[in-house]
Amino acid sequence: MAFEGLAERLQAVMQRLRGKGKVTEADVKEAMREVRLALLEADVNFKVVKTFINRVKERAVGQEVLKSLTPGQQVIKVVNEELTELMGGEQSKLVKSNRPPTVIMMVGLQGAGKTTTSGKLARYLSKQNHHPLLVAADVYRPAAIRQLQVLGEQLDTPVFSLGEKEDPVKIAEQGVAYAKEHHHDYVIIDTAGRLHIDETMMEELKAIREKVQPDEVLLVVDAMTGQDAVNVAESFNKKLGLTGVVLTKLDGDTRGGAALSVKAVTNCPIKFVGMGEKTDALEPFFPDRMASRILGMGDVLTLIEKAQAAVDAEKARDLERKMRTQTFTLEDFLDQLQQVRKMGPLEDMLAMLPGAGQIKQLKNFKVDEKQIARVEAIIRSMTKEEKLHPEIINASRRKRIAKGSGTTVQDVNRLLKQFEDMKKMMKQFSSMAKMAKKKKRGFRFPFMS
Amino acid sequence: MSFFKRLKEKVAQKTESVTQKFISGLSKTSTSFVGAISDLFSGRSKIDEELFEELEEILISADVGVTTTMELVERLRQEVKERKIKEPSELQPLLSEIISDMLELEGKSNQLQMNPDGMTVILFVGVNGVGKTTTIGKLAHRFKNEGKKVVLAAGDTFRAGAIEQLEVWGQRVGVDVIKHQAGADPAAVIYDGIQAAKSRKADVLLCDTAGRLQNKVNLMEELKKVHRVIQREIPDAPHEVLLVLDATTGQNAMMQAKTFGEAVNVSGIVLTKLDGTAKGGIVIAISNELQVPVKLVGLGEKPDDLQEFDPAQFVHALFKDAINKEEELEQSVGE
Ligand SMILES: Nc1nc2c(ncn2[C@@H]2O[C@H](COP(=O)(O)OP(=O)(O)OP(=O)(O)O)[C@@H](O)[C@H]2O)c(=O)[nH]1
Ligand SMILES: [Mg+2]
Repeated sequence: MAFEGLAERLQAVMQRLRGKGKVTEADVKEAMREVRLALLEADVNFKVVKTFINRVKERAVGQEVLKSLTPGQQVIKVVNEELTELMGGEQSKLVKSNRPPTVIMMVGLQGAGKTTTSGKLARYLSKQNHHPLLVAADVYRPAAIRQLQVLGEQLDTPVFSLGEKEDPVKIAEQGVAYAKEHHHDYVIIDTAGRLHIDETMMEELKAIREKVQPDEVLLVVDAMTGQDAVNVAESFNKKLGLTGVVLTKLDGDTRGGAALSVKAVTNCPIKFVGMGEKTDALEPFFPDRMASRILGMGDVLTLIEKAQAAVDAEKARDLERKMRTQTFTLEDFLDQLQQVRKMGPLEDMLAMLPGAGQIKQLKNFKVDEKQIARVEAIIRSMTKEEKLHPEIINASRRKRIAKGSGTTVQDVNRLLKQFEDMKKMMKQFSSMAKMAKKKKRGFRFPFMS
Repeated sequence: MSFFKRLKEKVAQKTESVTQKFISGLSKTSTSFVGAISDLFSGRSKIDEELFEELEEILISADVGVTTTMELVERLRQEVKERKIKEPSELQPLLSEIISDMLELEGKSNQLQMNPDGMTVILFVGVNGVGKTTTIGKLAHRFKNEGKKVVLAAGDTFRAGAIEQLEVWGQRVGVDVIKHQAGADPAAVIYDGIQAAKSRKADVLLCDTAGRLQNKVNLMEELKKVHRVIQREIPDAPHEVLLVLDATTGQNAMMQAKTFGEAVNVSGIVLTKLDGTAKGGIVIAISNELQVPVKLVGLGEKPDDLQEFDPAQFVHALFKDAINKEEELEQSVGE
């Protein structure tokens, strides 16, 4: 999960402070050193780290903290506040022009994810009943136009293109004109990736900007970017005047310190984050949530929203009925597994729970994704009959299933046993609410090791 | 002979054009190549804490990472003590030596390993957008110019337009591309690629794969399958598994190298986009800790923009304009 390591590091430091009644200047210094290292390891630019540490230190050794009754908590609060502040304070929405169409221009380095993000934005806008037009202005990268067209087809969003022989400035201009004519209320211009130091190419962007007067100029930044993020963001900002940032590939395991760096040098809000390769994997960026997440304070809101978005309400009702009536099959089980997975890696979700970082058992708890894959493979290797009536799975069937799924008979045995246990458990939860109140032990999926 | 002198000689041995290309790719400023070496610590009268700190910052800002930076500076401190070094100007060659040492691995070449008797198969892997497909295009161009018969396999069946992208490169450099439809099983494409390359008596088969983040277990499993197919079809293959890394990437590159390494036994690294301002310092840590050599560097988007990795040149580039850059940054970030 993004920022995971940072959260852990800060927590370790803060834990020490928390135990103390009184914070000395030396304590603060020690804590700040840890914070500095953690931020550097998270790829926050070292200049940004310096500024940040200085600000926190000033406040932390100030009256505010030293005189407070709970100085440890006070330091945490200061770090949290400053972090939130640095990341943008409040959530920032997409600008909407009062003279449509709203023109959005996507810019960034090669491979940052502009085209994919353009597609995601189109989908995002369409879901809100807007009618976006995609404009293919990357005439350089081989098949870039094709890529956008495929996305457009998938999303049922028109793509404006003049091929790869035309000048991108002209493409952008005509694209916007086309949008006006055809009553598109949003235009998303996908430009070619370029280096911030490539003068000619930067001039091209500037020309596009002047021609079409976009309402948003969004810099697309790879969340894995290192120290150079400041140089990139600064150049693009100086040349074009950015209005916002999209942080991509945050579904990876990068800590994402570039987010802090980019924010610090451009002072532009991060408007969205990319959380996957599919077109629905675009989420708004919430600075406060992200800061809380960094500090291990949990992100219950995101968790709830994710769960709601992923779990199909009808399926959930269906599942509930099956549990009650004891007709839950391996097929349902697989289905459920897939729903859970749609919410994202389980570890991410656990990390979002408040206090999850502190619970000892969870510390060493690792959801074994390989195990999930194995379970999936096993169930997929069963016949329909077997899935509905697992009791018919005898030794020779077990052998066949193991072979078909590339697992061992023991793996198959284990899964079947766990499935049986689970069914037994379900019997007990005729009332789930009661169970939740009474029991801490909870429910174990077979893929939890 | 001092390291500094050796370095100069090494560079001089290269043909003028190659060096020139490397320099112009690595730096958009016009400071002379050799001159830049000594620039770093000039103007300093003594070796003190401040100097070490500044050095630390330069390394960190080049994405070398905290751990390796500490290690480097610590080693430098020791050498300074042992060798009783007083002049700041002597630090640079010393540091270059230490870093080059980390980049040149024993028993592991910084050059591509070609199959001496038969077809060479190279598998390209990496996260999204790092430059896998482009590197394949460039490398195909190079092999073609060497008179080799090259076949490309379009193993990225997932990303929209990926197959077409490789096809354009195929046409551009004049080599065959084996493909299936979008959404097809990548292992099947690679299998066909191998058969086609065999029957066409190709010298080199370059296999493209879809970009994937290393924490996606399913996708890594898919990649393993592709790897297994190659191993099964040709003993000793793949002869190289190249992890493509974007020089702009920070510390996550280490995770990439670890995870891809475990999954498909990465044999070398291609460091792309070194024509930007990012230094790609993380490869020092990767090379040092994981013992994976860097083999190629990408210096642009054109077919010619691919060079063999040269540790000495890389080290120079690392320090080049570090000071200028810092000053500029100071003004923009500081408040
Ligand atoms: N400046 C520069 N750009 C590069 C270099 N190598 C690749 N690129 C560009 O980076 C972008 C992404 O390159 P691709 O080759 O498509 O990357 P990929 O790893 O195949 O990407 P996916 O298949 O989408 O994962 C393209 O715009 C390339 O032109 C390089 O060395 N320098
Ligand atoms: Mg590709």
